[in-house]
Formats: sequence, structure tokens, C-alpha cells
Amino acid sequence: MTNWWPPLTLVGSWLALLALLALTVTLAYLPLGSFNSAVAIVIAAIKATIVAAFFMELRDRGARLLIFAGAGLFWLGILLWLGLMDFMTRTPA
Amino acid sequence: MTEPDYLNSAYTLRSWFFTTDHKRIAILYFATLIGFFFIGGAAATAIRIELATPQADLVSSDTYNRLFTMHGVIMVWFFLIPSIPNTLGNFIVPLMIGARDLAFPRLNLMSWYLFIAGGSVTLFAILAGGIDTGWTFYTPFSTLYSNSYVIVAVTGIFIAGFSSILTGLNFIATVHRLRAPGLTWYRLPLFIWSLYATSVILVLATPVLAITLVLLATERFLGVGIFDPRIGGDPLLFQHLFWFYSHPAVYIMILPGMGVVNELISCFSRKPVFGYKFVAWASLAIAAVGFLVWGHHMFVSGQSLLASLVFSFMSFIVAVPSAIKVFNWTATLHKGSLRFDAPMLYALAFLGLFTIGGLTGLFLACLAFDVHATDTYFVVAHFHYIMVGGMVTAYFGGLHYWWPKITGRLYSEYWARTAAVLIFFGFNLTFFPQFVLGAEGMPRRYHVYPPEFQVWNVLSSGGATILAAAYLLPMFYLGYSLFFGRRAPANPWDAPGLEWQTPSPPPEFNFESQPVVTRAPYQYGPDFAAEPQNA
Ligand code: HEM
Ligand SMILES: [Cu+2]
Repeated sequence: MTNWWPPLTLVGSWLALLALLALTVTLAYLPLGSFNSAVAIVIAAIKATIVAAFFMELRDRGARLLIFAGAGLFWLGILLWLGLMDFMTRTPA
Repeated sequence: MTEPDYLNSAYTLRSWFFTTDHKRIAILYFATLIGFFFIGGAAATAIRIELATPQADLVSSDTYNRLFTMHGVIMVWFFLIPSIPNTLGNFIVPLMIGARDLAFPRLNLMSWYLFIAGGSVTLFAILAGGIDTGWTFYTPFSTLYSNSYVIVAVTGIFIAGFSSILTGLNFIATVHRLRAPGLTWYRLPLFIWSLYATSVILVLATPVLAITLVLLATERFLGVGIFDPRIGGDPLLFQHLFWFYSHPAVYIMILPGMGVVNELISCFSRKPVFGYKFVAWASLAIAAVGFLVWGHHMFVSGQSLLASLVFSFMSFIVAVPSAIKVFNWTATLHKGSLRFDAPMLYALAFLGLFTIGGLTGLFLACLAFDVHATDTYFVVAHFHYIMVGGMVTAYFGGLHYWWPKITGRLYSEYWARTAAVLIFFGFNLTFFPQFVLGAEGMPRRYHVYPPEFQVWNVLSSGGATILAAAYLLPMFYLGYSLFFGRRAPANPWDAPGLEWQTPSPPPEFNFESQPVVTRAPYQYGPDFAAEPQNA
């Protein structure tokens, strides 16, 4: 283990995550109105993709593993979809 | 000289507490779960004693709240969810598929330790004074008002959740990777299919519970606005997140029971399960559609009408695969050569009780009826018919069926049948009156009630006494069999499953040679013994 160096891709993606974090924080201070949340969510999605692809090593895996990983995403979609269905169609009493 | 069996391979404490043998881990879980069943049962006993009279005579309102919370928390997370998967599943799955162990034996042991850690933390919360929120931890009570040990309790559940996730992962990997040569998916026993479906739910739903509990603790502890509308939260978000986990979790609590019942009904009808593929896929359908119905717990919460309509409709859909199973089990019995050994009595009890529980679930899924019935004893009766009448009964059935395999001993058939009949009778006497009480409007979670409800409550408490005695009986005759029971042969039920093709109790590595599978499961009949299973 003494000669072990972290692979460049890992270091690179770590730096990218840090850069994106800095970007989120900076953008949070700009008065973009409702765009603030939109931008933050887009950046968060990019970060999640980096983590999944590089740290979880999903980028060069077989179909079965991708299906299982995708299932997690799909189920998150169900949570958001049916949860928002209530939130967006509520009528004030 | 043959290999020593798994119980006799070593005797030290170390060989138990650091074992990676799935069979020993199953025993560790089993012993732990008996403990939790007693703790949860003690709370239930206190509740039923209190409810025998309309006044408050045993405990204060505050203590009563803590009692039913303790009952629910322990029974759901520390008994029912791990019950069949971690004991019978742990023990039987590798044997059934002809494997030496689960895919990740050390993860399996870690899962038990996490369970013990989570259980200890939650028990600590109970001993330190308890929790008064109900097992559902609804906000804003749990975040703003409750003066009880909410954060400690949810921390324990959070930790135990990881034990669930590890178990689910382990089963999924095992079923994909470790099936014996020739054991194709459609040759798998249906117990495996249902545990696979259960595992999918464990892996996909439990993380949401973990997140929800962390959010709850964050709002309670740090005052960050997540659920409290005054500081920017959404008041229904907690219920959405909680039930996104907890409705699928009720299927975690029934699918393994359904799996056991497949094995029992086919064995004691001496026939393959009718419509094998339908039953197999029904398990996965339940796992998937079960995620789309959670809002049926929120019909009166103020969620939008559209949401209520959609969730109500989906709840009707989710009943279809369960109904398919019930019909197929009945068709399996049709023209079978039925034998009424103790495990079969449990399976038949399951069939009736689960059906009642499922049908009353459909009542509750009707918007108009639910407004009347929500938060009444009708709901309590509904889910006890499924979780206790269904799952606990299946657990006992499976325990009796595989007991000879697990322990190498035969129990007293007479006492086992007596216990099965008493459980069926005691159960119905306990919970049927609660349907009546609920229909008449008695709310749940109160310990004082109008005197006109007393008759039904006394019946229920009386039934609970019988049920408690019936649940204790197996402790005696099963315990007795451990020491004095006759030695069990390898295959006491003449069943074709792989788990019966190795000695009872099985050797440490399960099979002396790798089994090879050449045909579909459940081939009961005069000729099955002639065909060799071991190659
Ligand atoms: C056949 C499909 C089922 C349907 C349509 C169904 C429907 C419902 C509905 C609508 C409620 C909410 C009632 C209310 O609070 O007003 C409910 C409650 C409940 N059901 Fe079911 N159910 C089904 C199966 C199950 C199963 C399989 C289980 C457990 C293994 C279960 C356990 C529960 C529990 C624990 C509650 C009450 C939760 C609480 O408020 O404490 N149900 N069910
Ligand atoms: Cu539900």
C-alpha cells in the first residue's frame, strides 16, 4: 500500500466537486430570484452524477448493475412525482 | 465419519458471536427476536388489561401513550420486519438454492450487530422514560411538543434500518449469484421469490426512512424548518416521507409470510403451487405497486383531493396480486391429498386471516368509508389481521415446518396442533371485536371510552389472554423437543426441496457435494424420491 496514489480520475472528480460547491455558494448570493433554486438543483444533479459515475464506479459497469442503480433513481422519481402531485394540487380550505 | 453438523462444529462463545455461518446467525437473530417479542407483548398485555374497563384504572394517559408507542415501535421494527427474513430466511435461503452460505457472510453478521445496536438504543429510550408519539412519529407533535425521548428512539430505528438494508442486499446478491447449477429462476421455490421481492423493498424503501428520521431529528434539535410551516416547512411532508417507507414496509412484513405459506400449502397438499409463474410475479408486482399507494394513510390529513383519488385507485390495484395469490393457494388445495400436520394448520389459518385483513384494507381504501373509519379500532383490527393473523401465523407455521431441519429434533405433533388451533381461536376473539368497535366509532389510542363499548373490549381482552397463552405454548414443547425430542430424519415431510436433501441439522457447509437441479420445484408425488437430487 505504500506506493499507492489515488487515481487521477478520483482526484479530478474530487476537485470538480469542490469547484461546484464553491459555485453553489457563490451563486446563492447573487439575486437571481427563483432561478437561485433552479441553479442550485442543476448543480446538485451534476454533483450526484459525478459521484455515481466515478466514486461509485458506475461508468464502466454491466447492464445489470446499471439497472439496479437506475432503480434507485426511478424510485426517487416516484417519491417526487406522487409527493408533488399532492403539493401542487392542494386547494386552500 | 461425516462432517459434524453446524451446531456441533464448535462450542465456544466466540464460535457463535463471531460466526459467519448463516445458520448460526439465524439462531442469533431468533434468540434476539424472542426477546423483543416478549417486550412488545408485555406492552400489549398492559394495554389490554387497561382497556378491560371504560375508566382509567391501571395507567395514566401519559403512560398509556408510551405503552402503545413502545408496542408499535418494538413490534414493527424489532420483531416483524426482521422476523421471517432474518431467521427462517437466513437459515433456509442458502439451503434452498444449494449454496454454502449467503453471498456476503460477514455483512450478514454485521447486520445482526447493527440490529443489536439499534435495538439497544431504542430500548434505552424506552427505559429512560419512553416515547409518546405513536410508532408513526407524526409532526408537529414529535418535533415541537413531545417531551419524550424522540431523538434517541429514532436513532435506534435509524441504525436498525441499516441492518435491514444489508440483509436486503445480501439476499439479492445471493439469489442472483449463488443458485445451484440448473436452478433457473422458474425453478426457484416461491419462498425465494417472495424474499427477493422483500429485499427489493428493503433496499429501496429503508433509506427513505433513514432520511426522514434524520430530518425529524434536525427539525426537533436544530429548529430547521422542514415540516413546520411557520418556519418554511410543509406540514404534510413528514407523512409523505414516512408512508413512502412505511406502506412498502407493511409488504416487507407480509411478503415473507406469503412465501412460507407457498411451501406449506404445496407440501401438505402434495401438489405444486397452482399457477407458479403468477404467484412468483405477483410478489414482484406487490413490491413495485406497493410504492404507489402510500397516500391512503393520509386521506383525512388535508392532502389534495386529486392525490387522495389517485392513491385510493392505486390501493385497489395493489390488492390484485395479493388476491391472485389467495386464489392460487386455494386452487392448490383443490383435489390435493391434504394432510393436517401442525404447519398446515398454521397455513390454513393464514389463508383465512390474511383474506379478512386484505379485504378490510379495501374498505379503508374507499375514500368515503375511510373518513368514517380512520383512526378507529377498525384500522387497528385491519392491520392486526394481516400482521399478526397473517405474518406471525406464517412465522409459526414456517418455524414448525423447518424446526426438524434447524434443530434436528421432532416436536410433539399433538401440542403443536393444539397451539395452532388455540392461536386461531384466540386471535379472532381478540381482534374481531375490534372491527365492531371501530365501525361503532371507538377511536384508537385512547384508554378511556364510553361504557357501551365495554362488552366488545372485554371480549377482546379475554381473547388476548387465550392468544398469549397459545403463543407461550410452543416455548414449552419446542423447548422440550430440543432436549428430549426424537431425532429428525433428513426429510421428515417427504418434500422435494433442496433443503431436505441434506442431513438435519445440516453440516457446517450445508451439502456434502454440490447439488444439481434438474426440474421445477414442488414435484410431490410417488416418483419424486426415485429421481436423484444430488449429483
Ligand atoms: C390489500 C392491500 C391493502 C390495502 C388496500 C390496505 C389499505 C389500508 C388503508 C387505506 C389504511 C389506512 C386506514 C386509515 O388510517 O384510515 C391502512 C392502514 C394500515 N395497514 Fe393496510 N392495506 C393493505 C394491506 C396491508 C398489509 C399487507 C399490511 C401489513 C402487513 C397493512 C398494514 C397496515 C397498517 C400497519 C396500517 C395502519 C398504520 C397506522 O396508522 O398505524 N395493510 N391499510
Ligand atoms: Cu398502507
